[in-house]
Amino acid sequence: MLDIGAQLEPQTYRVTRADLVRYAGASGDFNPIHWSDRTATAVGLPGVIAHGMFTMALGGRALSAWAGDPGAVLAYGVRFARPVFVPDDDHGAEVVVAGVVRAVADGTAEIDLTVTCGAEKVLSQARATIRVRA
Amino acid sequence: MALDPSYKGRTYPPTPPYVVGREKIREFADAIGSTDPVHRDPAAAAASGYPDVIAPPTFPVVVVTLANQSLIDDPGLGLDFSRVVHGDQRFAYTRPVHAGDRLVCVSTVEEIMSRGGHDFLTTRTDVSTDAGDAVVSVWSRLVVRGEA
Repeated sequence: MLDIGAQLEPQTYRVTRADLVRYAGASGDFNPIHWSDRTATAVGLPGVIAHGMFTMALGGRALSAWAGDPGAVLAYGVRFARPVFVPDDDHGAEVVVAGVVRAVADGTAEIDLTVTCGAEKVLSQARATIRVRA
Repeated sequence: MALDPSYKGRTYPPTPPYVVGREKIREFADAIGSTDPVHRDPAAAAASGYPDVIAPPTFPVVVVTLANQSLIDDPGLGLDFSRVVHGDQRFAYTRPVHAGDRLVCVSTVEEIMSRGGHDFLTTRTDVSTDAGDAVVSVWSRLVVRGEA
């Protein structure tokens, strides 16, 4: 099923301010740049940004969907390239996670992820190893 | 460099066990929008071969953040948290975290370096059960932005 070069079905996730508040509570990361425009603008950002770990978690959701099992993710790493700005409206931001199979060996697949918000690549060097079902 | 480079190689004592609860896993899965039943239904998790509900892949950051607090708060290291941005994050799993795990973290400062006016701090946290079984290793790289 997973051959080298195979494109994995892109996954689209909407992120609203309410999602950031919920993630802050669940993760314990209460940095106010993720919920307070006053704080975000005071440190030079245009507005509230998503937790990098929240964006990484969305990549993890895509990996789980592609692998068919969240427990099949064996390794996962990213670099946080650009922030995801989340406007204070009902629409929020849209994060798209695409993937391509870079290598296949010994029942595992190496995946390169491309994670974008609008035209911006928000994660770079995003790579994972997943277990492939026999 | 704002960070004390002598901290490189320093390993912190094991943390007290963090007991992973089913409802914490459900809460975290809800927060990232993951609806997979293996995060909330023990029977579904068992059908996939797991002893209890399993956590999403990035869940260990919850435990690691708590474990690294003593390092971040260590005045000797000189980390100005108001200037910190998250640079990189990586997980290497031995197995998924599941409910009932009693997780112990051992954090090591792997790298302290300065480049382009910014300081970089890389920590590795080895997460195991309190019985000593490896679960996941977690690397976090923080960037301390230089004073402009």
